[in-house]
Amino acid sequence: MSAVVAEHDDHHDHGPAKGLLRWVITTNHKDIGTLYLLFALAMFFVGGAMAMVIRAELFEPGMQFVNPQFFNSMTTMHALVMVFGAVMPAFVGLANWMIPMMIGAPDMALPRMNNMSFWMLVAGVLLLASTLFMEGGAPASGWTLYPPLVLQTGKALPFAIFSVHLLGISSIMGAINIIATIFNMRAPGMTLMKMPMFVWTWLITAFLLIAIMPVFAGAVTMLLTDKFFHTSFFDAAGGGDPVLYQHIFWFFGHPEVYVMILPTFGVASTIIPVFARKPLFGYSSMVYATASIAFLSFIVWAHHMFTVGMPIAGELYFMYATMLIAIPTGVKVFNWTATMWKGSMTFETPMLFSIAFVVLFTMGGFTGLMMSVAPVDFQYHDTYFIVAHFHYTLVPASVFILMAAGYFWLPKWTGHMYDERIGRLHFWLSVVSVNILFFPQHFLGLAGMPRRIPDYAVQFADWNMISSIGGFIFGASQLLFLYIVIDTIKGGTGEKVTDEVWEDAAKHSLEWTLPSPPPYHSFTTPPTVIPTEHI
Amino acid sequence: MKEGVTQKNAKLVRTLVFVVLGMFGFGYALVPLYDVLCEVTGLNGKVESSAVKEVSYEVDKNREITVEFMTALNEATPMVFRSEINKIKVHPGEYVTVNFYAENKTDKVMVARAIPSISPGAVAEFFKKTECFCFSEQTFKAREGRTMPVRFVVNPEIPKEYKTITLAYTFFDNTETSVK
Repeated sequence: MSAVVAEHDDHHDHGPAKGLLRWVITTNHKDIGTLYLLFALAMFFVGGAMAMVIRAELFEPGMQFVNPQFFNSMTTMHALVMVFGAVMPAFVGLANWMIPMMIGAPDMALPRMNNMSFWMLVAGVLLLASTLFMEGGAPASGWTLYPPLVLQTGKALPFAIFSVHLLGISSIMGAINIIATIFNMRAPGMTLMKMPMFVWTWLITAFLLIAIMPVFAGAVTMLLTDKFFHTSFFDAAGGGDPVLYQHIFWFFGHPEVYVMILPTFGVASTIIPVFARKPLFGYSSMVYATASIAFLSFIVWAHHMFTVGMPIAGELYFMYATMLIAIPTGVKVFNWTATMWKGSMTFETPMLFSIAFVVLFTMGGFTGLMMSVAPVDFQYHDTYFIVAHFHYTLVPASVFILMAAGYFWLPKWTGHMYDERIGRLHFWLSVVSVNILFFPQHFLGLAGMPRRIPDYAVQFADWNMISSIGGFIFGASQLLFLYIVIDTIKGGTGEKVTDEVWEDAAKHSLEWTLPSPPPYHSFTTPPTVIPTEHI
Repeated sequence: MKEGVTQKNAKLVRTLVFVVLGMFGFGYALVPLYDVLCEVTGLNGKVESSAVKEVSYEVDKNREITVEFMTALNEATPMVFRSEINKIKVHPGEYVTVNFYAENKTDKVMVARAIPSISPGAVAEFFKKTECFCFSEQTFKAREGRTMPVRFVVNPEIPKEYKTITLAYTFFDNTETSVK
């Protein structure tokens, strides 16, 4: 198969434009993928630095370093930067790099729009970051931007709202591009049910995005008109209702959390079979489970607001609907486990991160199940228990899998091998410290420590200190990842990597049939053999 | 994969953009939908915003329901606002009038609006008001104080398990938005 690839390499291959302008005007899916990934990595450290401020302030009871207003800005901005600046762009970057190569397409369907959506993301994040320097400070209402509190934001409010608009338009354009690519650009023979799981999960995620981002844009536009144009969507004085905002927000917000986790599932389903040297267990059930989770995500939103005063029928409905999500998610966890069962497993860094993901995501999922029980949620609501829950589903899940994806595909992208020793060191430091960081927060939450507070009662001191220590170790360990990425780009271990990099990877997915690094334009003629080992 | 892909992409993009616009509209459509749902089901303690005709019910002397009154101002509302009594025991079907007192603490004319809320939310449909200062905006002259009645009845069809009803009013200063 590599013969086929080599053949169409040397035709009409004009390389990238010269100089820095290449990165501004590029419409190449690999360049744009790289831009997204590097931008996401940078934002991961910006958001991480904000988390360090939070953990430093919470290291001891009492006010240490920052004032409460700035502390609340940090929790808000940390969340917004991590969600919209780091995790989502990182997955869009992976989609840009991998989807065309996985389905045997020469590029994304709409390359110019692809460029535009990246630069809009940059503009959106810069606009958001600029609020930190405005009179009245950055938004400090939490990332959910609940009125009436958020309407007390100073000069920053319209900027934050326009930033959300830009980020929303950027994700919508990215999503449309991904759908068009997957529907119209697949190589002959690449039927939908032969697509790698990563492609499937992104297809479903893209549909979620185009359904929810406009609703969020609408919700923040209502905030804008409430504040500046005397509408009263959420203003009780004019007959509005602040609870309405929560309903609209979580109609977006709940599917949004699946936007961050479904591609995570996709990458895990891609990596685990390669290192277990077995086909993915239950491929079609994985596809249907992903679709079911996406569907269910639209009908469970009010479990985020059990305490607003819903009638018992509402509480029961949202409770049982939420519990249903555990079924397709359980299907996935069992399938990953069954994929590993009796496989010839090896434990390179991407596999280590993926196994940690399966274990730790399951824990995060179980605490979610606990909170789905409406009567007990009254105790968990707005405490550190929920902070622990969603960080378990995002950090050792989404972030770990993004790390795994980095280790898994960096040799393919760069043609260089990363240093396995440092990779494993990074893994072990991360997996231990992430638990020191977030596990104690379960105890804090159950003991009643509320979230979004800069100071706390002394009985919470010990676990907060332990959590902060874990946070500092986790934060510092991530510098190893930065080092590895730079080192690998510059040449890594110097070892020449093969086309398929990992043993028999080419049987699983098309990108491993291309050279490492792949040519600037790949699959200009579609591949003839479709790998099916993953099915 | 050759010709036709551009056209197919354009068609798909048009459809998807249409979906995006539709969902933006749906976000706004949730506003009336939410109100309709609240009104139909009486959730969220939303009470009727206009007076009902006084009809006479058969008074159920065997039951007694405590109606509690709460008054609130948000920090930006320069008023005095209180009810004359904190709570009252009523028989279902019996009409009662309770007085509330509100006063403008500023030296300017003030237009204020009281927003009612009732809990538990499910009793909203059984709680009928024939007269209330909350049905319209109230204009207060500078430093003016006024006593305002609320006349209500609890429909005797109210389910037996409800023994206490809390009626809460929050006064908002609407001077800026109303004086145009």
